[in-house]
Amino acid sequence: MHIDYFGSLPLIAIWLGLGAIGITIQAFVRNNTRLVFGYYLGTLLLTAALALITSGHKGTTFQDMITLGGVANYFDVVFCAAGVLTMLAARPYLQREGVELDEFYTLLVSATAGMMLMAHANNLLVLFVGIELMSITFYVMAGFLRTNIRSVEASLKYFLLGAFASGFLVYGMSLIYGATGSLQYNVIRDVVAQNATNFPTLFAIGAVLMAVAMSFKIAAFPFHQWAPDVYEGSPTVVTAFMSTAGKAAAFSAFVALFIALMPGTSTLTPQLQLMLAVVSAITMLVGNITAVAQTNIKRMLAYSSIAHAGYLLMGIVSNSADGYSGIAFYVTSYVFMQLGAFVVVGILERQNNSLLEINDYAGLAKREPMLAFSMAVFMLSLAGIPPFAGFFGKYLLFVAAIETGYTWLTIVAVVSSVVSAYFYLGLIVKMYFTEPSGEREPATAGLAGITLVVTTAVSIVLGLFASPFLATFKSWW
Amino acid sequence: MGTAALLATLFAPLAGSLALLFIHKDQAKAIKTTALVFSVLTFLGSTLLVPGFDAGSAAMQFTVDMPWLTSIDAGLRLGIDGTSLLLVLLTTLIMPIAFLTSWGSVTKSVKEYNVLMLLLQFGMTGVFMATDTFLFYVFWELILIPMYFIIGIWGGKDRIYAAIKFFLYTLVGSLLMLVAIIWLGLEVGAMTGNGFTANLAVLREHAPMIAPQVQTWLFLAFALSFLIKVPLFPLHTWLPDAHVQAPTAGSVILAGVLLKLGTYGLIRFNLDLFPVASVQFATPISVLAVVGIIYGALVAMVQTDIKKLVAYSSVSHLGFVVLGIFSMTTEGIQGAVIQMVNHGLSTGMLFLCVGALYERRHTREIADYGGITSVMPRFAVLFALAMFASVGLPGLNGFVGEFLTLLGAFTSPVLNNQMFAIVSASGVIFAAVYLLWMFQRVMFGTNDNPENKHLRDLTASEYWQLVPLAVFIIWIGVAPRHFMHFSETSVKAVVERVGTFTGKVSSVLPLPQQQR
Repeated sequence: MHIDYFGSLPLIAIWLGLGAIGITIQAFVRNNTRLVFGYYLGTLLLTAALALITSGHKGTTFQDMITLGGVANYFDVVFCAAGVLTMLAARPYLQREGVELDEFYTLLVSATAGMMLMAHANNLLVLFVGIELMSITFYVMAGFLRTNIRSVEASLKYFLLGAFASGFLVYGMSLIYGATGSLQYNVIRDVVAQNATNFPTLFAIGAVLMAVAMSFKIAAFPFHQWAPDVYEGSPTVVTAFMSTAGKAAAFSAFVALFIALMPGTSTLTPQLQLMLAVVSAITMLVGNITAVAQTNIKRMLAYSSIAHAGYLLMGIVSNSADGYSGIAFYVTSYVFMQLGAFVVVGILERQNNSLLEINDYAGLAKREPMLAFSMAVFMLSLAGIPPFAGFFGKYLLFVAAIETGYTWLTIVAVVSSVVSAYFYLGLIVKMYFTEPSGEREPATAGLAGITLVVTTAVSIVLGLFASPFLATFKSWW
Repeated sequence: MGTAALLATLFAPLAGSLALLFIHKDQAKAIKTTALVFSVLTFLGSTLLVPGFDAGSAAMQFTVDMPWLTSIDAGLRLGIDGTSLLLVLLTTLIMPIAFLTSWGSVTKSVKEYNVLMLLLQFGMTGVFMATDTFLFYVFWELILIPMYFIIGIWGGKDRIYAAIKFFLYTLVGSLLMLVAIIWLGLEVGAMTGNGFTANLAVLREHAPMIAPQVQTWLFLAFALSFLIKVPLFPLHTWLPDAHVQAPTAGSVILAGVLLKLGTYGLIRFNLDLFPVASVQFATPISVLAVVGIIYGALVAMVQTDIKKLVAYSSVSHLGFVVLGIFSMTTEGIQGAVIQMVNHGLSTGMLFLCVGALYERRHTREIADYGGITSVMPRFAVLFALAMFASVGLPGLNGFVGEFLTLLGAFTSPVLNNQMFAIVSASGVIFAAVYLLWMFQRVMFGTNDNPENKHLRDLTASEYWQLVPLAVFIIWIGVAPRHFMHFSETSVKAVVERVGTFTGKVSSVLPLPQQQR
């Protein structure tokens, strides 16, 4: 059994860093969260660097269960970047809440490791392991503020519903195994392509069940009900990480999985596409329309993230190279802009879930002009207004959808974009056009300032310098 | 040299806004001076476009074609022809004047204001210069952000409502236009076999050959976006709020330039790319235009707020422009183009005059004024000039545009009905009614109100704002040919194009009669 060690360096690095070395360090080091923080930060940076270095080295390893290079390494870099930015923002946040424990960083890195497995998976079981690792870590992180009832509620809700969804996932996997005789993506794809016109019913049911489970993970209708409560209850930096990197990981898995399940020749494919298109359309509308009514900013951002999952599903529906490139670009821009928005919320938040109402942002431009500016950039980028990064991602997905004949879906997306502009602008109105009320001590960002600078800069310039990204993405599919 | 001037005109405002970021926000005078200097330099740079411009050619000149996002065929493609040249010059002329007028009136967050204004100039110039649909869209949307903030932060009492309404209304139209841009690019890409394209030159070649049903949808999607901007009745309801609530400089820019983006888009995209659908929809749109002319005038007549009166007069005047465009005659479209410039100048000047009155008395109600001429005689002269230009008095610029658009509508083979021109001509009379009546109530009569007794006449800054506009108003009125010869060839090319393509598809539409 030949293992490609060079290609799997990023995976090896994070697993060793997390497992062998990390836990050993934590076993012997007491009361030195700074060391642990620095160590895990270094691990993530090293992993990202290794992922970049080995990205040209394409292939499979571990008996074809892990893919290497290309897409998977790109997503590794995205996950590690999100992890680093979250860690930088998490440290001041947790210190302020009084719960800074080393274990948080361990959990964050283990979640990243799970995500990387999801991105590298070429086998349904590996996918399952990755999803479970990421999800269970998220369940724990969501409840990290142990004495806060909302946090505990979020954790329990996420765990119960997530476990249920994982049940769907495994059941779907078993049915697909039964229908195709293999757990490997490429083998499944070949079997489906060969039986293009008379695919086994078992396979169809399995595919639908897997779509259900993945839709839960990305919080798409009608499996999105958990998201607002979980996102609101979790510590804000955890929400930041979950809603961005978690969703990115779920989509990387979704893409790889459905490339395997929906080859072009199969007659099941158009039906699956239509099903996903309907889910996408309703998700976009439900997410954006419900967000309009929100008064709590975390819930508003949660519903907006549901809507963005809807937009991203358009890429899966189009099932084309353009669609998948669009997803890759959109996910990248989304990770940065949504993370930045939640980090701003986290900086302004105070103990006991206070200062989380939209009304608390009144006059922010006068009090904290830099924070307001960043938030305005994120809002405009999320709304898809040029020249910010969010627009370019949306454009690519629209092109892909219209190309494959889903113009109606694009029109739904456009309408829901207008709806979304209302509440994104609403926050800008609150920050810039209304007077501040009451006295507050100024917010300190600390290390989170680095996160804000990076995410704001990326949201502004990613679109303008999209060319190299797009060229790379096109070459993968 | 021309290309360099083009790039300079486009990017100088952006450079200016970035330069302003480095000046500390407490140094208001330095900020305002820098912004003004950049806008004046941009104006001078734009005048350099004139000497090298070949008025005999209808093609895009001073073109720039640099790759940007090759995988979606979006590039930095710029160029101007006669129509866009006039509009770019209008933009660069109005912006310094807008900066001058906000010099004294904008006192809070001066840095942000000037940065946003320069970004707005960058966006507007980009819209006029873009020859790439993706780039056009980026600039089109880009304008919304600064305008939204300018109305929302430095505006009047109901500014938030007006700003959100403006933003969302325009966004609806432009997002549908985005779908149309993608669809159009894919359709033409399929025709040429080169995949998706945003290159306007390629689209111009192949778009008229798109199937009529598809062309109709594309035409409507583009038209919706542009007609909201124009604004055409009944899509005009955002305009009175936005105009009244915006600060004076904002209103000047809105009326002077922003509304022209819509009419420019109609000529550049709807007529050029979808001639068959344009002829098909010419009559309904012209009907709405005529309704807008009369309705705008009637509503303006009953206004008590001078700014709102001028805002509704914009609806009325731009009805003439739309009527001229959809008459599909050389006279009509030429009239529309020059009327775009004229409206920018005269309505811009009217807003400046209203702003001058507001600076002194902080009210825009007609009832609060009366007999102002006795205390501000020089102001009265310039205000009267702007007012008469808006009415369309022969000798001033408004007459040229109105006459040509009415002539075009009268002789239009596409509209084929003289009633359009006849009914619209009555709109000219209504314009005289509401403007003269307003002027009489504000400026003439007895100066009864004690607060009006000691108003000071025009300041030096206000002279610099009003006189350049006045000069152009008289110049265009007396010698319009100096300006119209720029756009003549391009307009003729558009008309010929419409004639060629609709002549071909004779089974769908009646053949247009001989074009003049």
